[in-house]
Amino acid sequence: MGLAKRIIPCLDVDNGRVVKGVQFVDIRDAGDPVEVAKRYNDQGADEITFLDITASSDDRGTTIHMVEAIASEVFIPLTVGGGIRTCDDIRNMLNAGADKVSINTAAIFNPEFVKEAAERFGSQCIVVAIDAKKVSKEGETDRWEIFTHGGRKPTGIDAVEWAKKMVDLGAGEILLTSMDRDGMKNGFDLGVTRAISDAVHVPVIASGGVGNLQHLVDGVTEGKADAVLAASIFHFGEYSIQEAKETMQSAGIEMRL
Amino acid sequence: MTDKTTSTVAVIDYGMGNLHSVAKALEHAADDTTKVIVTSDPALIDAADRVLLPGVGAIRDCVGEMHKQGLVPTIRKAMQEKPFLAICVGIQSLMSHSEENKGVDCLGHFDGNALFFGENHKDNAGQKLKVPHMGWNQVNQTIDHPLWKDIDSGARFYFVHSYFVVPEHASEVAGTCEYGHEFCVALARDNVFAVQFHPEKSHKDGLQLYKNFIHWDGKP
Repeated sequence: MGLAKRIIPCLDVDNGRVVKGVQFVDIRDAGDPVEVAKRYNDQGADEITFLDITASSDDRGTTIHMVEAIASEVFIPLTVGGGIRTCDDIRNMLNAGADKVSINTAAIFNPEFVKEAAERFGSQCIVVAIDAKKVSKEGETDRWEIFTHGGRKPTGIDAVEWAKKMVDLGAGEILLTSMDRDGMKNGFDLGVTRAISDAVHVPVIASGGVGNLQHLVDGVTEGKADAVLAASIFHFGEYSIQEAKETMQSAGIEMRL
Repeated sequence: MTDKTTSTVAVIDYGMGNLHSVAKALEHAADDTTKVIVTSDPALIDAADRVLLPGVGAIRDCVGEMHKQGLVPTIRKAMQEKPFLAICVGIQSLMSHSEENKGVDCLGHFDGNALFFGENHKDNAGQKLKVPHMGWNQVNQTIDHPLWKDIDSGARFYFVHSYFVVPEHASEVAGTCEYGHEFCVALARDNVFAVQFHPEKSHKDGLQLYKNFIHWDGKP
């Protein structure tokens, strides 16, 4: 017996509502963030991730209030991401009750920000989010690149090398989203998940593409992920967190039931 | 209206990290006769009925801030006379020494050291184990204690840490966990209890532990 693998439902929040789109377009409403978070807490989720996908500065106050409301009623770890660009942003989110923050774009424009953040707040609360897409052609050696702007802009940065660099700078966890899978419901990109999990010593959360419970199992057994993140399969009632955990446990994965 | 407060829990604020979640969870676990305060004022800590020492971040800053803010005598005094609970880096700060930050002398309430899991941590089958040890692991209760009341031995608590405590006296171990090897995650002596995990992030069992602390008279 030992450490359990984690299931993390993700709340993509836009203008105060939980939404879910397919590859960041075609948005669908999934409810009030505080209610949704409470439901997952009661269902036995291991953590909750809250991503502010509008992330415009005028919405920042709303996000802080929502994080405060969630943190007052949800006693499991809460990660907040979206538009985290400065140490002040991090401090505000931690003061509002977040346990970890997820840094994405700001790390690409200024990798030293990750180092500064980890030194100031501790690696345990610094998650670096990586949006990766496969760029190798059929028959070539697998290669994945970092993309920004919801998967539209390539950066030329190799995803595995980037993950290693982020951990060297102090990232305590990697949230890996396969952009070509996001919202497609055909499973995680297991290749990039495994490549990054093998390359770093910190936990890796697999995200993007979950369509059924077997995909969660595969993320852990084949992708070697330490945690699996999903949104739409939980938001719209297709599966409960408990069902997902039972399926994973039946597949021989240690879970907190 | 009369003030129904009959007891106070002081959460020591030494300027590190986020104490919001600790205070919120204590408030959630408390009834309306218990008041939770977050403070760095030695007078308020002295006056409180119970004291909670949180711990966030790296040990050097953690112990450094306790010294800098002149809180060490207050913390030592509280550990002599009232129910006292330390969490996460808080448990490490009560040991003699920690390996973190190239070695830091700690408060020495418990004999023993805090050691690093190592970046090449492996399980018995030789599989790589991630460090930090992050997530929900089972806590085996090695003694009966009022703080374990209504919590099953083997219940899972939320951990996030890269260093673990190795006490010299086995009699002080209150709970253990398995991650590559067995290690101590809870220490108890007299009116002091200390845990490596985060009760405030450990859902029902974590809130139960806080509830037990709020009702603890400080006797083992």
